[in-house]
Amino acid sequence: MYNFDFVKPKTLAEAAAAMAGDEAQALGGGQTLIPSLKARLASPTTLVSLGGIKEMVGVCTGDDGSTCIGGATTHGAVAKDAAKLYPALAKLAAGIGDPAVRNRGTIGGSLANNDPAACYPSAALASGATIVTNTRKIAADDYFQGMFTTALDAGEIVTEVRFPVPEKAAYIKFEQPASRFALTGVFVAKYKDGVRVAVTGASEGGVFRWKEAEAALSKDFSAKALAGLSASADGMITDLHGTAAYRAHLVGVLTRRAVEAAA
Amino acid sequence: MPKDHGIGASIKRREDVRFLTGAGNYTDDINIRCQAYVYFLRSDVAHGKLNKVDTSAASKMPGVVRIFTGADFAAVGGIPCGWQVTDRHGEPMKEPAHPVLAQGKVRHVGDPIAAVVADTLEQARDAAEAIELDIQELPAVVNMKAAVQSGSALVHDDIGTNLCYDWGFVEENKAAVDEAIKNAAHVTTLELVNNRLVANPMEPRVCVGDYSRATDDHTLYTTSQNPHVIRLLMGAFVLGIPEHKLRVVAPDVGGGFGTKIFHYAEEAFCTFAAKACNRPVKWTASRSEAFMSDAHGRDHVTKIELALDKDNNFTAIRTETYANMGAYLSTFAPSVPTWLHGTLMAGNYRTPLIYVNVKAVFTNTVPVDAYRGAGRPEATYQIERVVDKAARELGVDPIALRRQNFIKPDQYPYQTPVAVAYDTGNYDATMDKLIEIADLAGFEKRKKASAAKGLLRGLGVNCYIEACGIAPSNLVGQLGARAGLYESATVRVNATGGIVVMTGSHSHGQGHETAFPQVISEMLGIDESMIEIVHGDTSKVPMGMGTYGSRSLAVGGSAMVRATEKILRKAKKIAAHLMEASDGDIEVKDGRFHVAGTDKSVAWGDVTLAAYVPHNYPLEDIEPGLEETAFYDPSNFTYPAGAYACEVELDPETGRVTIERFAAADDFGNVVNPMIVAGQVHGGIAQGVGQALMEGAVYDDNGQLLTGSYMDYAMPRATDVPFYQVDHSCVTPCTHNPLGVKGCGEAGAIGSPPAVVNAVLDALNSGGIKIDHIDMPVSPSRVWAAIQKAKA
Amino acid sequence: MKVTMTVNGASRSGEVEGRTLLVNFLRDTLHLTGTHVGCDTSQCGACVVHVNGQAVKSCTMLAAEADGAEIKTVEGMANGDGSLSTIQQAFQDHHGLQCGFCTPGMVMSTAALLKENPKPTEAEVRHYLEGNICRCTGYHNIVKAVMAASGQDVSTIAAE
Repeated sequence: MYNFDFVKPKTLAEAAAAMAGDEAQALGGGQTLIPSLKARLASPTTLVSLGGIKEMVGVCTGDDGSTCIGGATTHGAVAKDAAKLYPALAKLAAGIGDPAVRNRGTIGGSLANNDPAACYPSAALASGATIVTNTRKIAADDYFQGMFTTALDAGEIVTEVRFPVPEKAAYIKFEQPASRFALTGVFVAKYKDGVRVAVTGASEGGVFRWKEAEAALSKDFSAKALAGLSASADGMITDLHGTAAYRAHLVGVLTRRAVEAAA
Repeated sequence: MPKDHGIGASIKRREDVRFLTGAGNYTDDINIRCQAYVYFLRSDVAHGKLNKVDTSAASKMPGVVRIFTGADFAAVGGIPCGWQVTDRHGEPMKEPAHPVLAQGKVRHVGDPIAAVVADTLEQARDAAEAIELDIQELPAVVNMKAAVQSGSALVHDDIGTNLCYDWGFVEENKAAVDEAIKNAAHVTTLELVNNRLVANPMEPRVCVGDYSRATDDHTLYTTSQNPHVIRLLMGAFVLGIPEHKLRVVAPDVGGGFGTKIFHYAEEAFCTFAAKACNRPVKWTASRSEAFMSDAHGRDHVTKIELALDKDNNFTAIRTETYANMGAYLSTFAPSVPTWLHGTLMAGNYRTPLIYVNVKAVFTNTVPVDAYRGAGRPEATYQIERVVDKAARELGVDPIALRRQNFIKPDQYPYQTPVAVAYDTGNYDATMDKLIEIADLAGFEKRKKASAAKGLLRGLGVNCYIEACGIAPSNLVGQLGARAGLYESATVRVNATGGIVVMTGSHSHGQGHETAFPQVISEMLGIDESMIEIVHGDTSKVPMGMGTYGSRSLAVGGSAMVRATEKILRKAKKIAAHLMEASDGDIEVKDGRFHVAGTDKSVAWGDVTLAAYVPHNYPLEDIEPGLEETAFYDPSNFTYPAGAYACEVELDPETGRVTIERFAAADDFGNVVNPMIVAGQVHGGIAQGVGQALMEGAVYDDNGQLLTGSYMDYAMPRATDVPFYQVDHSCVTPCTHNPLGVKGCGEAGAIGSPPAVVNAVLDALNSGGIKIDHIDMPVSPSRVWAAIQKAKA
Repeated sequence: MKVTMTVNGASRSGEVEGRTLLVNFLRDTLHLTGTHVGCDTSQCGACVVHVNGQAVKSCTMLAAEADGAEIKTVEGMANGDGSLSTIQQAFQDHHGLQCGFCTPGMVMSTAALLKENPKPTEAEVRHYLEGNICRCTGYHNIVKAVMAASGQDVSTIAAE
């Protein structure tokens, strides 16, 4: 690692001020950031830990009934504390990495990083979540802008994520055998006004909505509604763990399985 | 009642206490006052001409002690190869130079170019980034078959070819084999890849070099399976340090699996630099560094043909293999595809004619050498895959086809057509045992249950044979080994009766500290707690060839038995003197020396005390003291064998394969500690399952390693394997070593890959999807692609 | 900067840089070398310790982040009289370790598991240990040891 200054503000305001510095980098749980610092892939001059900001931690129900999760809430805490509020989301959190990773990694960190194979982006997008930052609120549809790219400005901090709770939902992940990230993962969420299907792990463009499946499932939320539907392999990732065609195929299989699991 | 001490008892491991409490002493736990740290600047291109390595700016960076480049090692020897193979035409293999730090060219991603020694590791790394490099990239040699075509770029320009050797075995049989295949009633042909693997012991390699100006003594602490071998290779061939001035210590070592056998450049560097800098120098590999600097394993591309007569008897085997050597010859690399592979091509069968051709090829990849099994898994995989394929082609039961061709119990010793002679075995017995413990009778029921879930269930069964305790030295010398393959042991009995055994075997997980005392306890009738094992330090143990090839008990244990026999002979003389009897009448029982046929006896402790306080002692006959050394050189290999069964479930939609059941019935000869033996088999099976389903080191066409970390190299986890059924109650003792033991360390990794792949193919074919072969790792995407191809 | 934490019950302080990892602080500053480093991508789990009662990969946490925390390492796992704890004893009884390198992480993860789930099933044990890689044992005896440590009868699981 290159050396850096470490600061651990106690309030969001202090954190925002610290982030204003040149080459400052927010540190969530560090489960992705620290390995990349170790590989010297990043060289921030200041690391701003968000772990000391109490107002950014916790799971609660918002006035509109949505499940609200503080940006510095760990996957482990979401797995436990959201289990009754939004079971499919809690289950997704319980499947990220491993227990020790879940005890450190945070939802805000995951969404800010927007790894194309991460789990959370699919939940946020499929739920039509709102990403709340220290300066504004961003709709999930506007937030994800491609692999490792988001609508966040430099220095902007994800403070909370608000998930409208669906009637039915499920996330099915097909693991990449080495990293255990999603080779492909599909989150299906059925709301009163329609179904949203978000796919992670598969596309060169990062998490995306499979609109054809959404249309079919909005009419009939059942596995058979997906018959004959297949995702296009165009723009899908090809790597040593699977071709674009394989990933496109998995999108179809996992969507069906998610619908079956949600039903 | 199971035994609670001595040979055959499942005694709990004494070494566990320190490992479970964090009190182990691994090499990275060793820190010497004033030590500096080295960071190796490694090539990020596979093949290139080193035009410039400018360290002037880097040298001025904070904390830098000294920066070394290839030029600093110009007067020093290169990393030697320990085995010279002679090719089909009687010519020695091509043996390129292997400098400690690159000179003139870099030849694989990870090839060390410069070494920065600094006060801290981060400072060393900072300075390494300031080294100015000019590397002119050259075309990378990656594909073995293309590498031996004319016009290919050359890994080593001075030797003029990428072909290290073209080996034929047994060359005199070639014409007869060709003829037999031509005249066969049926020939089954299979082309397959034995995937490239990274051993991945959980402890990465570490070394600490130390030097005393006062005494001119060098010390190297290193993560090695064989410290004496490192002392000899590094001292004699690289740095020119005589053994008495060089101590090599391999303390607690966190797994080896072969890749910690070899002498590595980093060891020579730390030893050299400690003197040059007059400071201890430490290197700790990161896992990423391990992937590009630990010798890899396997990487064979093979075509095998099996000929059968009209009654389905095997009549001949012919194989052609391309074996990857990587960029340089690692310590034992040339022996793996040849003498450790060709000699096992008879397998468990009476195939009268066998011809093996191996072309060893240099490529711009990390050197390839022995990995758990080394050559024998490659042989077993070919044989057991081709036999399965033959059974499918002929429409016969694969187990019956195997049984029909087994070497039978009354045929031992059995001379194979590939030089080796098996001393004992009983392959029907292990197959019978396997069928029982694997509950093959219940398979069809389980298959139906899988089908109800939409899953295909498959069963794979196979046999294996391996050769352990590679020997004897005079034979391996003729075959090109530049080392002897004996083992030594010194048994030191102290005055009050306690025993210290200094063994040349090295434990890096095998439990020698527990199992070796069981043998001596059995021989002397004294408690295991009175016996201590010392290993891993050249200053304490007289000589050692180390631990690999499942040789510790068969060779190292035999040396210990021989030394203990000498102790017993002398102790009997002392006892006879004390009891005024003839030493021929002395019997040892329960830790006492008895005069046969009388009630006279003396305790073990009386005899040992007399040896060191020789007031009443036959001084005219024997010397005081009770310490003996033996070197044991086996007369033959040992031949563990067994039968393995794997049941998989396969999801035809995703291609995902899961291991549902795994059973192993092994004949290891006599077993000293069944608990430890079972653990060895478990671990071997997991590695074999890893090879079959998950693992594979992959290079792209530019020689970039795509699987450089656990993000892309798939390691088996707890969720990837089931509980295993293992058995080692079928025993045909080895006939030529004193313990009748055969070795168990590698069996699991040898026997399991074909079982897994056979099971996958059974699942597919019995599910109506006709597929002949899928190469390892049988990953979900490969299975899915094969299904799509079969359906098309 | 100076950090202070309670390690295995004792208050310990030391100077660290911003970039100092918790595992380096434990190994290099406090000489608690039982915690190991087996990879650089947060996967192998040889470095697992407890931070405020939770299993954490100490190679993926800055020492500065642990300032003020309660840390437990494998050195603090034995009983007060120095004898092996139930978990440690189960690992020895069932041969749940070979080379010993992954063992500290396995012990710490097991302790965290059994605190959350005192009677885990085989599948739960395997799932929980997904972030702890062992290359020696094939996991058979580790899973068995964990179940035995939880007081479950493991006599029906294949022994040898």
